Amino acid sequence: MHGRLGRSARLLIVPAVMAAVTYGVHAQVPYDRILRASAEPQNWLTYNGTYNSQRYSTLSQITPGNVATLESKWVLQNQVFGAWQSNPLVVDGMMYLTQRPNDVMAVDAKTGRMFWLYRYTPSPDAKVCCGANNRGVAVLGDTLFMGTLDGHLIAIDARSGRPIWNIEVGDVKQAYSITLSPLIVKDKVLVGVGGGEYGIRGFVAAYDPKTGKELWRFYTIPGPGEPGHDSWTGDSWKTGGASVWVTGSYDPALNLVYWGVGNPGPDWNPDQRKGDNLYSDSVVALDADTGQLKWHFQFTPNDGYDYDSTQVPVLVDADWKGTPSKLMLWANRNGYFYVLDRVTGKFLSGVPFVKVNWSSGLDANGRPIPTPQPAGSPTWPGNQGGTNWYPPSYSPRTGLFYFSAWQDYATVYRKETASYEAGRPFLGGGFTVLAPVPGAPTVGIGRRGPINNWTDEVGNGAVIAMDPQTGKPRWTMEQFDVTDAGMLTTATDLLFTGGREGYFTALDARTGKVLWRASLGGQIVMAPITFQVDGQQYVSVISGHTLVTFGLRP
Amino acid sequence: MLSSFWRVTPIACALVLGMATSGVAQNTQDHAYTAADVAAGSQLYATQCQLCHGQNGDGIAGIDLRRGQFRRVTSDSDIAGVLAKGIASGGMPSFNFQPAEVNGIIAYIRAGFDPSGTPIRVGDPVRGQALFEEKGRCLTCHRVNGRGIRTAPDLSDIGSQRTPAALQRSLVDPTGAMLPINRPVRVVTREGRTIRGRRLNEDTYTVQLIDDEERLVSFVKADLREYEIGKTSPMPPASKSLAPDEVSDVLAYLLSLKGL
Repeated sequence: MHGRLGRSARLLIVPAVMAAVTYGVHAQVPYDRILRASAEPQNWLTYNGTYNSQRYSTLSQITPGNVATLESKWVLQNQVFGAWQSNPLVVDGMMYLTQRPNDVMAVDAKTGRMFWLYRYTPSPDAKVCCGANNRGVAVLGDTLFMGTLDGHLIAIDARSGRPIWNIEVGDVKQAYSITLSPLIVKDKVLVGVGGGEYGIRGFVAAYDPKTGKELWRFYTIPGPGEPGHDSWTGDSWKTGGASVWVTGSYDPALNLVYWGVGNPGPDWNPDQRKGDNLYSDSVVALDADTGQLKWHFQFTPNDGYDYDSTQVPVLVDADWKGTPSKLMLWANRNGYFYVLDRVTGKFLSGVPFVKVNWSSGLDANGRPIPTPQPAGSPTWPGNQGGTNWYPPSYSPRTGLFYFSAWQDYATVYRKETASYEAGRPFLGGGFTVLAPVPGAPTVGIGRRGPINNWTDEVGNGAVIAMDPQTGKPRWTMEQFDVTDAGMLTTATDLLFTGGREGYFTALDARTGKVLWRASLGGQIVMAPITFQVDGQQYVSVISGHTLVTFGLRP
Repeated sequence: MLSSFWRVTPIACALVLGMATSGVAQNTQDHAYTAADVAAGSQLYATQCQLCHGQNGDGIAGIDLRRGQFRRVTSDSDIAGVLAKGIASGGMPSFNFQPAEVNGIIAYIRAGFDPSGTPIRVGDPVRGQALFEEKGRCLTCHRVNGRGIRTAPDLSDIGSQRTPAALQRSLVDPTGAMLPINRPVRVVTREGRTIRGRRLNEDTYTVQLIDDEERLVSFVKADLREYEIGKTSPMPPASKSLAPDEVSDVLAYLLSLKGL
């Protein structure tokens, strides 16, 4: 009886389901939709949500008043060991995300059930410094694009999950890799390469989404005859790193793409590459059509501390000293918070947001005044930085810039002469995290387990709500462990974030007050996203090996 | 021949370590390694492995190289195999090391990351056990293999957890050597009840401890009137009650504790 009823009910439902499926099939994502992504907040169409990378959503169903009634709607379990740094995309009720090492999944955003799983096995020669990470796919039309650990770019049919083309971006034997989510601009797929710990020569390149043909390439280390080449001594430019491993931003009005560039190599021995080492630890502004450099700003010249500048460039239109301005906000791994003019690259302000002793300050042009510490003495901030790649957020409502920081965290650096050998680490020394007792446990690249036996005595995490106008935090929410979590803000002045302890928290974006939290148990090492399907707003976050999607209780 | 000579019991190994301040050979599962191997391995580890595995070898969840805890390997040849092939799903790259380099890495891991040959005297573990239990009265706070009190850390496997140098420091300077997690805490609940204990775990919102009456207790910090973390170890320096030779004996005993 029950079964028969079920069948007839199913028959009745068929037309409605067909309608939904038909809608889904036609859900293409032309460039125009990405350009106007803020007009469809029910979706999350790019790595950072919108081209300005503010990770701010105008969805308003979840409010400070009802956030306490959030409940888990579905959970997706990752089957692969390791930190899960993927940023999901949501397109018309479909979620696309990746898991280690290079799997892509299409998941129903409402139920968490999977349509297809594409598995790409990277070459066993693939080498990455810091885990088999992938931070997600990009979408254009009906095609997804994924960079791979072995330095390839793959186009994947969004409906079948089957590859369309697969091209080599960088040579895996030289340890080129791609961990970032590609950036779509107009009719091009842009990617950068990792390998800054292996002596690569970094670049950003653009590819034809139909064929995979390379359209332009910008080397982040200038070659002979190019401006900036003399910022490297001898042949050091050939193995100088300057990788690009976090997705950039785009200003359509200026037609500029902005990319943060990684550390120079060898990491800890700047004597082997005397000079400023352009464009390592810089932001570069490139013409989106040609890849031509328009301007650059270098945060850390001749870096010996691994201060990658691969943070997300956050683009903000706001008054600066009373004048409407096109700004770029940047909390850097080197411990300074910067405001730049994104039209010209001009330095507007820079202030330390954590303890800094590698430099005594910035000059009028934003260039740091170096104060290298004696051998064996600690340097603040330590190797993982005052902040790192974790996506920040900017709320145009509060005017505040939110990011994760590591406070009171220092390391002792050691430099050695490194000799380059293709595909092998090219580090030039090492580092030791400053610990209260010799041999005590310290923080590393990821959370080391459920018992925090390193404690806040080796450093602690914080959410900083920075007022860009003053360079002073409006509020700070401290955590006991350090945090690699990204940020999400909404039009209801909520800030969602997490941390290594596995708490997923909703804060009042204006005051920093914790309004709600859920203990998810695994480290949160990416930013949450929000989207809406059939009138319900959802917030998804990855904790440990699970992606949890929350919505309001009915 | 050399190999079988060094295949000795942990106690004998501790004695060897005590006698030899240079040219220390390490007892391992498959092979014998020299101090030169360990030193070379230490250098190589710092440049090739430390970025992911961390300075203490515990940078990857579930793995603690210093203490010989692995996910997939047991023998030395297993380790050599992982170095050569990598683990694609875990993000561990393969390395084209020379055989001597592989030896060095394994030697450093098997040496518990303590290649210095620090001139620490390791005495007699049998005498050490007696001193530990009687004159030193260590079981009035510590516990070993089910005997003793739990208020101070259980030491049943401390010999595989800590290096000889670290244990020596803990004996002579308990406050200076105290790991931060072990700090004594004092809480006052909302109802005004005071509880003292040793911290076991902590996060932004909660703290877990074992109290003076050996109860496991968890608190939400927001519910507490006071929460204080002490900086001074409740343990008196062993040198207060024991002669230097006796401290060496206790150290030998502690090094022999490898867990069940």
